[in-house]
Amino acid sequence: MATTSPDVRRGGRSILERSPAARRADPLFRGILTGLAGLILVLIAFFFVFLINKAEPALSHQGVFSFLFTNDWNPSKAIYGAWPLVAGTLLTAFIALLIGVPVAVAAALFITELAPRRVRGPLVILVELLAAVPSVVYGLWGFFVLIPKLKPAEQWFADTFSFLPLVGGNVAGPNYFIAGLILAIMILPIVSAISREVISTVPADLKEASLALGATRWEMIRMAVLPYSRSGITGAAMLGLGRAIGETIAVTLVIGNSPVLGKQIFDQGYTLAAVIASEFGEAANDRVHAGALIAAGLVLFILTLLINAMARALVRRAENKGTNVKAVPGGLG
Amino acid sequence: MTALGQLTPRRRITDRVMRIVLAIGTAIALIPLIAVIYYLLSKGLGAWSIDLFTKDPTGNFLGDQGGIKSALLGTIEMVALASAIAIPFGWGVALYLVEYGRKGRFASTVRYFVDVMTGVPSIVFGLFVYATLVLSGWGGSSFSGWKGSVALALLMLPVVTRSAEVVLLLVPDALREAALALGTPRWRVTLRVVLPTALPGLVTGSLLAVARAAGETAPLLFTAAAVNGTTFNLGERMNSLPVQIYNDVQSPSDALVQRAWGSALALVTLILLTTLVARLASRRSRLS
Amino acid sequence: MTDPDTKTMTDDPRSTSSSDGGDASAPAPRVPLPPRSATSGAVSTATDREVLTTAPGISVTGLDAFYGSGHAIKDVSIEYVPNKVTAMIGPSGSGKSTVLRCINRMHEEIPGARATGKVMLDTDDIYGSGVDVVAVRRAIGMVFQKPNPFPTMSIFDNVAAGLKLNGIKGINLKERVEQSLQGASLWDEVKDRLNEPGIGLSGGQQQRLCIARTIAVEPQVILMDEPCSALDPIATLKIEELISDLKQRFTIVIVTHNMQQAARVADTTAFFLAGELIEHAPTAEVFTNPSDSRTEEYVTGKFG
Repeated sequence: MATTSPDVRRGGRSILERSPAARRADPLFRGILTGLAGLILVLIAFFFVFLINKAEPALSHQGVFSFLFTNDWNPSKAIYGAWPLVAGTLLTAFIALLIGVPVAVAAALFITELAPRRVRGPLVILVELLAAVPSVVYGLWGFFVLIPKLKPAEQWFADTFSFLPLVGGNVAGPNYFIAGLILAIMILPIVSAISREVISTVPADLKEASLALGATRWEMIRMAVLPYSRSGITGAAMLGLGRAIGETIAVTLVIGNSPVLGKQIFDQGYTLAAVIASEFGEAANDRVHAGALIAAGLVLFILTLLINAMARALVRRAENKGTNVKAVPGGLG
Repeated sequence: MTALGQLTPRRRITDRVMRIVLAIGTAIALIPLIAVIYYLLSKGLGAWSIDLFTKDPTGNFLGDQGGIKSALLGTIEMVALASAIAIPFGWGVALYLVEYGRKGRFASTVRYFVDVMTGVPSIVFGLFVYATLVLSGWGGSSFSGWKGSVALALLMLPVVTRSAEVVLLLVPDALREAALALGTPRWRVTLRVVLPTALPGLVTGSLLAVARAAGETAPLLFTAAAVNGTTFNLGERMNSLPVQIYNDVQSPSDALVQRAWGSALALVTLILLTTLVARLASRRSRLS
Repeated sequence: MTDPDTKTMTDDPRSTSSSDGGDASAPAPRVPLPPRSATSGAVSTATDREVLTTAPGISVTGLDAFYGSGHAIKDVSIEYVPNKVTAMIGPSGSGKSTVLRCINRMHEEIPGARATGKVMLDTDDIYGSGVDVVAVRRAIGMVFQKPNPFPTMSIFDNVAAGLKLNGIKGINLKERVEQSLQGASLWDEVKDRLNEPGIGLSGGQQQRLCIARTIAVEPQVILMDEPCSALDPIATLKIEELISDLKQRFTIVIVTHNMQQAARVADTTAFFLAGELIEHAPTAEVFTNPSDSRTEEYVTGKFG
C-alpha cells in the first residue's frame, strides 16, 4: 500500500508559489484590457479637443452665439450664421417625433399586449427590418418615390390647413416635411424596440390587478402599462430624437439643401448634418469654411451627447423600477 | 381603478376603438417597409445584370456607364478592415468591463461613454477622421480606404462593445468559478472558458455591427471618397456601394438612377445576408 | 506500487512549462494510489483501516471574513485532519460555505469580499505573502453546489480542462483522464462517449464529471460545497460512496445541508451558527451527544 508522504514542498519552491514568469501574465492581460477601455475615454476626449480646435477659425471669425443664431449662411461671403441649419435640424426632428413616436409606441403596445403570441415574433422582426435599410436607400426612395407621390397630398394639406402655423403656400419638391417623414420612418424601429423593452418590464401582477378589477384591455394599458412605462417611453423618444438630429444622407437627399430658412414646412431647407455632407468638398481649401462645417459637427456632437445621456438615464430608471425580472441592458435582440 | 363599475357600452366601445387604433398604428409602421421593399425589387431587379457586377463604373454620364464592381469590392474591403479593428477592440473593452471592471468607478465611466457613443451621429465620426487624418494628409494620399475603415470602426466600436458586454454577462459565474477553482489564472479563464462560451452571441452582436457599417454613407463620403476603378490598395481612394448610390442619385442621368436602384438592392441584400448569418450564429448559443 | 512515471510527471512540467510562460507548478509528489475501478468494494473497509496519510491537513486559526461591510465569519479556528472527511453543517447563512471558500481563497473572487487570518496547508500559510492564489487552488480543489461542466467542452475535455487550461505538458492526458474518471466512478458510464458534450450527462453524472475534473489536477485537498443538493437520492448515494473512496487520497471538507449525509460520510462534523464555529467533534458525538445546547437543538431539528 501507499507509504506516507505528506510533503508539500518541491525543490526550493513551495507548491503555493508559481514561477515569476507565470505570475506576470495576469497583470499583463489585465493591463492590456484596461488600456483598451481607457483608450475609449481618451478617444472621446481627443474628439472634443480636436473638433473644438478645428472649429476655432470659424467660431472666432463668427463668434459662438452669432454662429448659432444668425440667420445668414453664406459661405461665398464668409458669413456663417447657422440658424437656418439649426432651425432645420430642430424642425425636421420635431416632425419626425410627431409622426414616428405615436406609431412606434402603438406598434410596441400592440405587439406586447394585444397581438396573438404567434405573430409577435414575426412582427418584431418586420419592424426591426426597417433598421436594416441603409440611410442612402431611404434617401433614394424618398427622392424618387416619396417626393413625387406625396406632392399633391401635401399641396392639398397646405391649401386646406393654411390657418395652421408653418403651413400654406406652394409646396416645394424636397422639403422639411418629407425629410421629417423619412426621419420618422428611420427612428421607428429604435423607438419601438426600446418601448417594447420598457413595456415588458411592467410587472405582471400590476397588469393582472387591473384586469382582476374588471378593466378592459385598453383600460389596463391606460392605467397600468402607460403610467408605469411613461419615463421609459420618453427615453425611447429621446433616443429617437438623437438619431433624427444626426441623420445625414437621407435628409441631404430630400430636403433641398437651401441655406435660406424656409417659411413653412413644405419649403426647401437645410440641416446641420446635411450642410456638412454637401459642402465639405468646396470647403476643403478654406480654413474658415471647413471650420464652420466642423463647428456644425461639434454642435451635433454635443447635442446628441446631451440628448442620449438624458435618454439613457430615463430608460435605465424605467427598467430598474420595480421589476428586475427582465433586465436586458440595452439589448434589442 | 376606482371608477370601474359595470362594463358600460361606452367602455366596451372605447376598448374596441383603441385596440383598432393600435392595430392600425402597427400597420402604418409596416407600410414604409413594404413600400421600400417593393420599389427596391421592382426597380432594382431590372437593373441587375452580369455587367453591373463585373464592370467598374466609367464615370460617364452618357453612353456606357459601367457597373458597380469597384463599389461592391470597396465596401467589402473597408468593412473587413473596420471589423478587424473594431471587433477585437470592442471585445477587449467588453471583457474588461465584465471580467475586471465590474461595478468600479472607472468601468462605470467607460460604460457610460460607450453608451453615449452609440448615439453619436455617423457623420461626426466621419468628420473627425476627415479633420484628423484626411486634412492633414496623414499617410500619403489624403483620401484613402483605410481612413474610411477607421471611421467605420469608430462607428462600430460602441455597438460591438455594448452587445459583447451583454453576452458576456450571460456567461454564468459558476463557469468562471469552476475554472478558477481548478487553479487556472484569470487570463486563461477569460480566454479559454468565458470567451468560447460566449462566442456565438459575440459573433451575432459583431455581425449586426458589421451590417450597420456596410450601409453607412456619411463616414465614407469624406474619408475614402469615391473612385471609378477597383483597387485592393487600402492606401488609395476607394469606392463603396453607399457612396456610389449617393452620387448616382444626384446625377441627372436616368441610367445612373437606374444603377442606383440596382446597387441599393445589392446593398440591402448584402446587409440582410449578414443579419441572417448573425441570427443563425445566435442559434448556436448555449446561453439563454 | 511505487510508480516512477509519476515522479517524472511531477518534476518535468515545472521545467518545461515555465518556458512558455504558463504556470509552472504541477501537482506535488504524492505516492499515487492505483486507479480504482468504479465498482471497487474497498469503500467501507478503507474507512476502518488505520489511516495512511497521503494528503496534508489544514488548520485554520483566527479566520475572519467579510462581504463589503458585513462580517460573515467571526474568529473561526478549525482543524481539518489529513485523509479524513470533515463535514460543516449549520443553517443557511451560518457561514459554513464562506469558511469553505476561504480555504482555497475563492472567497475573494466575490467583489468586495475579503478575509483575514491564518489558513495553514501543512506548513504553508495560504494567506501568506508570496503565496499565489492560482497555486493555492491547484493544491486545493473544489466541487460546487450545482454541477458546472464547461458547456463548450466534451466529456474528455472537461476532465482534461484543468491540465489544458493550465498549460501543463509532459503527462499522458488520456491516461490521466481515464484515471480521473475511474476515480470519480464515472468511467464505465462514459468511456464510449468521451467526445460527447459534458452537459449532455445527467445531473449526478455531471457532478461526478466535475469531481473527475477536480481530481485530474491532483490536488491534495478537495472542498465540496453542498455537492448533492441539486441531485436526486440515487445520484446522491453514488457521490457519498465516492467521497468515502476519495478520502484515501485526499483530505476532504464538505459543506452540507443534509444532516443524514454528514452522518453517513463524515469522520468529524463542525457546526456553524451566525458566522461562528460552535462545535467540532467526531461525527457520532455531534449527533448523539453534542456538548453545546445549540448544536443539539439544530441536529434534533428544533431550528434551521
